[in-house]
Amino acid sequence: MLETLVNGLSRGAIYALVALGYTMVYGILGMINFAHGEMFMLGMFASAFALGALGSAGLVSVGLTLPIAILVAMALSAGFGAMNERMAYRKLRGAHLLAPLTSAIGMSIVLQNFVMLSVTKGKKDFPQSVSAPLADTRWSIGPLNISALQVLILGSTFVLMIGLWFVIQRTRLGIALRAVAQDRTMASLCGMKVDHLITWAFMIGSALAAAAGTMVAMYQGVIRFDAGYTLGLKAFAAAVLGGIGNIPGAVLGGLLIGLAEDLTTSAVGADWKHTSSFALLILVLLLRPRGLLGERVADKV
Amino acid sequence: MSAVLQAKAIGKSFGGLAAVQGVSLEARSGQILSVIGPNGAGKTTLFNCLSGIYRPDTGTVLLDGKDVTGLASHKIAQAGLSRSFQNIRLFPEMTSLQNVLVGRFSRTPFRPMGALLRTKAWHADERAAKEKSLELLELVGLAERRDDWARALPYGLQRRLEVARALATEPKVLLLDEPGAGMNPSEIASMMDLVAKIRSLGVAVVVIEHHMKLVMEISDRILVLDHGEPIAEGTPREVRDDPRVIEAYLGRTEATVGH
Repeated sequence: MLETLVNGLSRGAIYALVALGYTMVYGILGMINFAHGEMFMLGMFASAFALGALGSAGLVSVGLTLPIAILVAMALSAGFGAMNERMAYRKLRGAHLLAPLTSAIGMSIVLQNFVMLSVTKGKKDFPQSVSAPLADTRWSIGPLNISALQVLILGSTFVLMIGLWFVIQRTRLGIALRAVAQDRTMASLCGMKVDHLITWAFMIGSALAAAAGTMVAMYQGVIRFDAGYTLGLKAFAAAVLGGIGNIPGAVLGGLLIGLAEDLTTSAVGADWKHTSSFALLILVLLLRPRGLLGERVADKV
Repeated sequence: MSAVLQAKAIGKSFGGLAAVQGVSLEARSGQILSVIGPNGAGKTTLFNCLSGIYRPDTGTVLLDGKDVTGLASHKIAQAGLSRSFQNIRLFPEMTSLQNVLVGRFSRTPFRPMGALLRTKAWHADERAAKEKSLELLELVGLAERRDDWARALPYGLQRRLEVARALATEPKVLLLDEPGAGMNPSEIASMMDLVAKIRSLGVAVVVIEHHMKLVMEISDRILVLDHGEPIAEGTPREVRDDPRVIEAYLGRTEATVGH
């Protein structure tokens, strides 16, 4: 039971990291970024290549290669996030809501096909040099048996979330992003370059998704060009469950969906886990149409 | 002294209906220009054209000699024009200080690397931005509520916070859209004191205001609009004695004074 909870929390932490990107963009633009799942997928491939390159350069120390790989993945996805915003969203500012939505889906297809054609249309092994020792190192704390990889996932997710919270609440960038989310016209009248800030929101969200991608890749050991689809959908459900536009809501929603999936898996079987997470979403939306924390506009980015 | 804001023959129509037509104005540093006129005279539309919310269909806007006609709002703000709204538009989910800081950022260099590395220059900028913002809160009488949520402030103080935020961008020209709207007489009087204080800082102030007595007392010059067109411009005395104004405007308001 305890292990199920830890598994669920680890899974939920990943959903939460990706959900933060959906919720930030929604908080600022009032739109869903349908290419966000691809930022997660690109993060997987970027860290795989970074680890491969570091490995062939002779660097094998996990403590060194893993942080580098994660940073490379985050930076690369942030770049793609900025590109996505420029190409799929900025040009269509002021157009009907469905226009950027459609162009984002197009961007998603382009990115998936780009990876499929340039890397592989099948599965690609994720370098085991880092993940295998982490997955094999297990600790028993009382009745709980936990792997170093799970500790790493939970720990780094926690650090990233605290970091995001700090940026949003305490830094100039965060104050500016909140200003744009609360009143875009007024922020512009205060001299803010609103377009730049919207790009920043995409970049931050994409970087978080890439970190999540790296961790899932380590966990699963294989990566695919379409890995962002299902995960993106789950993370989107998590953002909506928690109240889209709300940062603590995205974290809460992610954790709840992760827990629901692992509890279902251990109680009835893995076949039912997708059903359970979306059933949970529907149930919550029936009772609270704006999500769990949806009415608190307060923490909207 | 030449005018810091010169608008020439501004025109703006919506669906063939002219909201503003052929309006020119000049605002001078250290002076208050009031824009008056009955409801629907086009005063707010004029402000929207000046501040970049609308792109005027005709005419030009010169700010400090620079053509800013139709530029994006943030560029006009950076060129030195700031404004408030008739209905308050603060960032409600932020503190008073943060609201003013948002205005202040436009005058603070953005150093993402400096912020990451906590460089000296970054620290100096941050401190200067905060000090200046606190000074402005002091000026409008909000120093003690710096950490209160903007949405939780009483109405009169929210209006004053808007003014502080507008001043934080170091405007050469400040447009105030009915700064006294919804206030009681003593709040209005203290708001007008604040406006006079801002004038004495050398800012060119342009005010839309309905309270005729105050307008007459405080303005250096007055521009009167009716149905989107200018019908008179001059000193308070000239405007008061202008027969067209009396006919189009004052005659009607005097009957409704005290609203």
